[in-house]
Amino acid sequence: MIQAFAFYLFAGMMLFSGAVTILARNPVHSVLWLILAFFNAAGLMVLAGAEFIAMLLVIVYVGAVAVLFLFVVMMLDIDFAELRAGFIKNFPLGMLLAAVLFVELFVGIVVRSAGSLQLSHASGTAAPAAGLTNTQAIGALLYSKYLFLFEAAGIILLVAMIGAIVLTHRQRGGVRGQNVSKQVARRPEEATINVQPEVGKGVSL
Amino acid sequence: MTAFFQGLGLSYELAWTISTICGILLIAFPLMLGVAMIIYADRKIWAAMALRKGPNVVGPLGLLQSFADGLKVFLQETIIPAAANKGLFLIAPIITFTVALMAWAVIPFNSGAVLADINVGLLYVLAISSLGVYGVVIAGWSSNSKYPFFSAMRASAQMISYEVSIGFILICVVLWAGTFNLNDIVKAQKGAISLAYAIPALADVPVLGWKINGFVANPLLFPMWVMFLISGMAETARAPFDLTEAESELVAGYQTEYSSMAFALYWLGEYANVLLMCALNATLFWGGWLPPLDIPVLYLVPGIVWLLLKILFFFFIFSWVKATVPRYRYDQLMRLGWKIFLPVSLLFVFLVSGWLMLTRYAV
Repeated sequence: MIQAFAFYLFAGMMLFSGAVTILARNPVHSVLWLILAFFNAAGLMVLAGAEFIAMLLVIVYVGAVAVLFLFVVMMLDIDFAELRAGFIKNFPLGMLLAAVLFVELFVGIVVRSAGSLQLSHASGTAAPAAGLTNTQAIGALLYSKYLFLFEAAGIILLVAMIGAIVLTHRQRGGVRGQNVSKQVARRPEEATINVQPEVGKGVSL
Repeated sequence: MTAFFQGLGLSYELAWTISTICGILLIAFPLMLGVAMIIYADRKIWAAMALRKGPNVVGPLGLLQSFADGLKVFLQETIIPAAANKGLFLIAPIITFTVALMAWAVIPFNSGAVLADINVGLLYVLAISSLGVYGVVIAGWSSNSKYPFFSAMRASAQMISYEVSIGFILICVVLWAGTFNLNDIVKAQKGAISLAYAIPALADVPVLGWKINGFVANPLLFPMWVMFLISGMAETARAPFDLTEAESELVAGYQTEYSSMAFALYWLGEYANVLLMCALNATLFWGGWLPPLDIPVLYLVPGIVWLLLKILFFFFIFSWVKATVPRYRYDQLMRLGWKIFLPVSLLFVFLVSGWLMLTRYAV
């Protein structure tokens, strides 16, 4: 009973916040609703027994990706009139995308009702390994069977990261940086001098 | 507790629901009381280090100061700026406060005395602590005011930076303990380190042969604890990393436009977060509810007492640092996070996993 209640709560909230993400006028509100959708998706994962994935979803998407997203969107200066003016122009493209998504969803449902696809199992039954926690089961698969794919994914991410840095990094002349070790190594003796000038005479430094 | 309510003739689901709610109240009420007292302690410690007396008027020794402040704040008017985004403006402090309470669900107070004994406990803590930034960011944006907005931008950059190194530090602990479950991490620290393991002849010698409960005595994990303590201060935006509310630059940062109860929720949430960081320090590195030394007579003291003592000890360190260390500059903060903590913690992930491969998991 509790499970069913939690499922409908999470699923309902997720669908609702997903819809509001699209419908909200204010982009910051959209991002916040999107975060709520992520959060409810994590709740559904927990219900499905995939607590590791759920936590990763919250840590990676809600904790890092969405924060950066919010960061960027908050600083945008959006002119709503201009947005609405582009509506007619973009309408056919939007409808096309919607049609493609709908057809894919429809095909997916039809295929699903014909019998579900079980990955990596010839017999079609993927039973979870007994006595293993979620984390251990994922680790056992990732570091043995899918080791190559896992490391390839890591390398691709590394290349993407370096690529982003290379593309955006530019040396600017005339910038005065700070040498922290030099600052820390500075002592009072070399930074201050104590002079006792005669009355009426100035000090030249 | 579920079994107790089932014994009263309730169905399992009802008993579970009631016992969980009781557990939440059992943690939240003492926590709120603890936060009130810890604010008083913070002010007293800070005052003592500045050679002042601190709060000493309300109640004996000023003990009721926090409650008087709470009452005062409760009776004040909530002011919402005209240009603010009203809904978000009010939700933001609630988010901060709720998130500060949520993470306590997985902190073990004694063997098995934990509200949610989940396998991914540490990941849960990491996930919840990464949510803390939203309260600040939303407050900064919805206030529609310049200083809170600067503060929000600072907060999001700061928290993301330090979460990276905290993640790597936690990986070291998890590798050594072999589990994400906080209760099991505490258990893995029982007699974790002793000179007697290296030199068997010392096993019966008093002081030298004693077993220490806690990863902190492990030479590979001690630097990780130091970094965790500092990162914890940055993560909770405590001095010397309180750039999000630097009063000399940003008025009061993201709290500038807040008044009355909404302001108090930030106040309480912040201290609940600091207490959580202290509890995590104790649980992950100092043996949690275990006594400091693996000596039978020390186990006569209940585990929760040891945990509370450790939390108070770490809170004293937090206050001490707040009272004595000047505030960091923002570029110094970023440099410390990205150029020092990140490479060093990554190096220690290699060292710890390499050491374990060569010793514990050697084929």
